[in-house]
Amino acid sequence: MSAALAPAAPAASPVAAGRRRRARRRRLVVTGLVMTVLALVVVGLCVGERLYSPVDAVRVLLLGEQVPGASFTIGTLRGPRVLTGLLAGVAFGMGGAVFQTMLRNPLASPDIIGVSAGASAAAVVAITLLGASGSGVSVVAVVSGLLVAGLIYALSWRRGVQGARLVLIGIAVGAMLESVISYAMTRAGIYDANEALRWLTGSLNSAFWADLGPLAAAMAVLVPLLLVVARRLPVLQLGDEAAAGLGVRPDRARLALLLVAVALVSVGTATTGPIAFVAFLSGPIAHRLLRGAGGLLVPAGLVGAVLVLAGDLVGQHLLVARFPVGVVTGVLGAPYLLWLLARTNRSGGRL
Amino acid sequence: MTLLHPTPTASSGGRSASLRRRRTVGLTVAVAGLALAVLASLAFGTRVVGWQDVVAGVLHPDTDVIAQAAVQSRVARTVLGLLVGAALGLAGAVMQGLTRNPLADPLLLGVSSGASLFVVMGIAWLGLSTLTQYVWLAFAGAAAASALVYGIGSLGREGATPLKLALAGAATSAALSSAVSMVLLSRTDVFDTFRFWQVGSIGRADLADVAQVAPFLLVGAVLAVGCARGMDALALGDELATGLGQRTLVVRLVGALAVVLLCGTAVAIAGPIGFVGLVIPHLARAFTGPSHRWLLPYSAVLGAALLLLADVVGRVVARPQEIEVGIVTAVLGAPVFIAIIRRRQVREL
Repeated sequence: MSAALAPAAPAASPVAAGRRRRARRRRLVVTGLVMTVLALVVVGLCVGERLYSPVDAVRVLLLGEQVPGASFTIGTLRGPRVLTGLLAGVAFGMGGAVFQTMLRNPLASPDIIGVSAGASAAAVVAITLLGASGSGVSVVAVVSGLLVAGLIYALSWRRGVQGARLVLIGIAVGAMLESVISYAMTRAGIYDANEALRWLTGSLNSAFWADLGPLAAAMAVLVPLLLVVARRLPVLQLGDEAAAGLGVRPDRARLALLLVAVALVSVGTATTGPIAFVAFLSGPIAHRLLRGAGGLLVPAGLVGAVLVLAGDLVGQHLLVARFPVGVVTGVLGAPYLLWLLARTNRSGGRL
Repeated sequence: MTLLHPTPTASSGGRSASLRRRRTVGLTVAVAGLALAVLASLAFGTRVVGWQDVVAGVLHPDTDVIAQAAVQSRVARTVLGLLVGAALGLAGAVMQGLTRNPLADPLLLGVSSGASLFVVMGIAWLGLSTLTQYVWLAFAGAAAASALVYGIGSLGREGATPLKLALAGAATSAALSSAVSMVLLSRTDVFDTFRFWQVGSIGRADLADVAQVAPFLLVGAVLAVGCARGMDALALGDELATGLGQRTLVVRLVGALAVVLLCGTAVAIAGPIGFVGLVIPHLARAFTGPSHRWLLPYSAVLGAALLLLADVVGRVVARPQEIEVGIVTAVLGAPVFIAIIRRRQVREL
């Protein structure tokens, strides 16, 4: 339609016009999301019990100046909180989108099929039973997230891996791990248990510069790696036979994608706890914004960052009591989840 | 009425003879297993107790002897284990029959989470504290969650396929547990009670509690058995069932009521316990074939036996502490679930 309205480009075929339109839409969406993330970062740094100007934030964080008050509030408290939220949001968003696209089911996000539960269970056991803290917990969470995903993958292997089987087995493994979490909670002292619950809910309250370094380093490796491996994703979406016909070995490509996506989600979970539904919501929201205009991963990562940052602001300032971000995203995510379930079922269960 | 509609399993002569033999042998095995489980539940525990004390502790306990007092506390626990296990086994069989879904289980389909959420809200906001109050809340929660999950899972052309139901259940559980956390985070005092209840345990039973909930379980069991024939017909598909004179809607409603009563009561008194309802009907079907009139009683007997055995395992492996039965059933049950999925073609699911 718009090609007909633009007679100035006579050589353009409808295909090329469509491609240009999609590229334009994609640029628009990505730019819009980046601006939203930046705005949320600024609000997150400047707004709180005391307001500071963005200039103060720049002076403290980028120029390293000493500003009375702001150096502590922004430099020590809000800075790591906002940056951790940003990075974890990107990790959840991208990781979740990989799962959903690859398994061709919007419900197959890591929260639902037990990967987050794997990382959480190990972390809670480490906190409550082994008395671990700090980066030890993170390492345990990442390793066990990978192990659990590997286990789910291996168990669903029967002459190849089918999405439906993997989802169901993931649900079973997830249920088992939830009971391990409950067990660890009963063995903990009340103080540890409260810590663990707060952590299990997904929270930015314990975000410090020290944890930000490992998270940033891990993501600096994983995100580019994911973008490279994800070139196989559109082919995988055509179905296994078509993919094999196009020279892609579906199982191997899927395994590589899964590994990187799991690592991302586990790294995020290790830092903040499993912030509910971010991995689950980001992909579908990005999908709706793009309307088929190009790759989902980068926009999904940005949507994840928006969800975490906005959810944390709501949980901090807009509710009667202070709630961790995971509670906000959990409660907001639930209605969407139910709507999505109803809608995808009507159209036959595809994304 | 019953004579006019013979079940399909009774149709062929030779098969039915061998099936009858299998059912009789199976029943003997199941009852013997249950008896063993009861004995084990009385005899083994965190404290090691001699056989004489076990016998004395059950028959006429001398509460000054610690060993006999321990055995006496196991009696209440055993009775509760029997009831809860039977209830979960029955509930699982009814859920699988109603939804024609081999993966149905109260915990996995979100029914238990619904009951949990309502109980937690009742404790935190309404200040409820007695078991009878929990029971009614748990019914309401179980009913709401099962209606939601079944409603969502059965939208669409193919109806409630196992995959859709399992996903709807897992997703609903995730959403409900978020809501539970929200309540708990704002009320630390409630959390300390709740975390012990949430794992699923029969360890803090006393006979007065058991007596309070037994009537609900009895009604649930009667309703479940009452729609056995209807579920046999449902297995043939809704149209054939209607053709055989079954009112499918009535069967579904009565069955759902039975599930709500059985699961809600079990959750209220023992917390959410998973996988018993899933595994037991599969085990029972190996003996009974598909007929629900056989499947249901078998599931009750085997469910009770499994829960007691799981509880005994939990008491013995972690001495001097114990592991709650809900954790043992999850650790034992999840592999069975996975085996069921692996054995089937995904298209059937």
